[in-house]
Amino acid sequence: MTINKIMDKPGCWLGDGGPLSDIVISSRIRLARNVAGYPFLSRATHAQRRDLAAFLRERLESSSFRPDFTYIDVDQLDELGCQVLVERHLVSRQLVEAKGARGVSVSESQNTVVMVNEEDHLRMHVVRAGMQLDEIWAAIDKLDDSIETEVDYAFHPRYGYLTACPTNVGTGIRVSVMLHLPALKLTGEIERVLRAAKDMNLAVRGLFGEGTEATGDFFQVSNQVTLGRAEKEIVSEFRSTIVPRIVEYERMARQALLDEKSRALDDRIFRSYGTLRHARTISSEETLLHLSHIRLGVHIGRIKDVPVKVLNELFLETQPAHLQKAHGGKLTGEQRSAARADLIRRKLGCA
Amino acid sequence: MHPACQHCHEQPATVHLTNILDGGEKRERHLCEACAEKEGVLPKPVNVMAELSAFVQTGKAPAQQVAGLTCPQCKLTFVEFRNKGVLGCPADYDAFAKALTPLIERAHQGASHHVGKTPRRLGVARSADGDLIRLRRELTRAVDDERFEDAAQIRDTIRSLEAS
Repeated sequence: MTINKIMDKPGCWLGDGGPLSDIVISSRIRLARNVAGYPFLSRATHAQRRDLAAFLRERLESSSFRPDFTYIDVDQLDELGCQVLVERHLVSRQLVEAKGARGVSVSESQNTVVMVNEEDHLRMHVVRAGMQLDEIWAAIDKLDDSIETEVDYAFHPRYGYLTACPTNVGTGIRVSVMLHLPALKLTGEIERVLRAAKDMNLAVRGLFGEGTEATGDFFQVSNQVTLGRAEKEIVSEFRSTIVPRIVEYERMARQALLDEKSRALDDRIFRSYGTLRHARTISSEETLLHLSHIRLGVHIGRIKDVPVKVLNELFLETQPAHLQKAHGGKLTGEQRSAARADLIRRKLGCA
Repeated sequence: MHPACQHCHEQPATVHLTNILDGGEKRERHLCEACAEKEGVLPKPVNVMAELSAFVQTGKAPAQQVAGLTCPQCKLTFVEFRNKGVLGCPADYDAFAKALTPLIERAHQGASHHVGKTPRRLGVARSADGDLIRLRRELTRAVDDERFEDAAQIRDTIRSLEAS
């Protein structure tokens, strides 16, 4: 599978559906693992890094493992290709910005990914649309077991799975949910929710995870404690407490807006809809804002002629690298804004 | 200068006991530490406490002690780790244990022992590990609650499990 093949598929985690998908865009679990007998990457020589990448690639490609995985050598990938992977949330910025032998193994459906030589030797994740953490845990637990039959992990009887950064040690797990919280943002109650999340030792980040600001209406909430609590315990806290509570707050805020400020809410939604249907040039930031409002409009039944699927595709395809890849070469900022506006109008059926 | 022990008459008496008898009469005794221990009148909570907290390793190492730590495997120093935030190799966790443990506990809400999945290759060890994890939790709780007899018992069970 090449980058072009990846481009052709939307990635099922962005598909519509999935439990609570009016608010929970996607849920994801990541595990960090290192190979026993090797230093962590900050201390690895070029040769060791190469050995590790070759060894892990061979294991990941062996047919006994998962036949539908394709390994992409990130060291050989051009800038645009790297950017597409980041925009799809398949890899982290850290992986593409690193140097030396490194790569990523992606499943056909793009919902299972194993990064090689990122901060840890192995970083695997499984992602699904909506709230599906139990299913994801079952899948990634199995994936981890199957890799472990081929690879000896660095494990410590006291500290558990050893990671380059002690903040990930133990289970090496990061459970995260991507939430769409436009109503809490509009009512200003989002600050309280974020503070409560931080009090519960949760990290709140933006659309692209680590290092990105939680701006806009999309928030990624994840655990920070990885030691002293079993994986299932962490997953179950998200399933039974954290996510339902935030979802309930967002629903209440949506209802309050509908009850008390329905005209102002409609105005915002339909202005956004109008803008995207008619704009001739638009930035990615502005696009994201309007797509968020339209998504809200669709989920509260105000906009009935835009399928969620189209919105999801627009989230992906209006990003800079996706636009340029579709165009077949580099575009200036101005050209991108024009291409973006054209694409949106076409997709919304008003070109 | 302490008065001599009333029991052995050799060592200085450092343990001073005042018993109040039934009739309200006070009886004082002055013993050295060794004799007091022999007689079983020296309560050991302080010692047990120190021993147990060393055992659960919650103590913090003084700065000058940790600054010189170097991993024998990857040669990373603790100072380098602190500046970069990432470790150099799996052996660092043991090499820096003293200095790292408080940091790890702070990052993980006080936890210092793994709970959860373990590699399958550890196979048989799995169930014993589970017991150990549970026992260590109980030990920490017992120390926190100052139930020292329970704690000592749990500690002995842990030791025998670890030895087996």
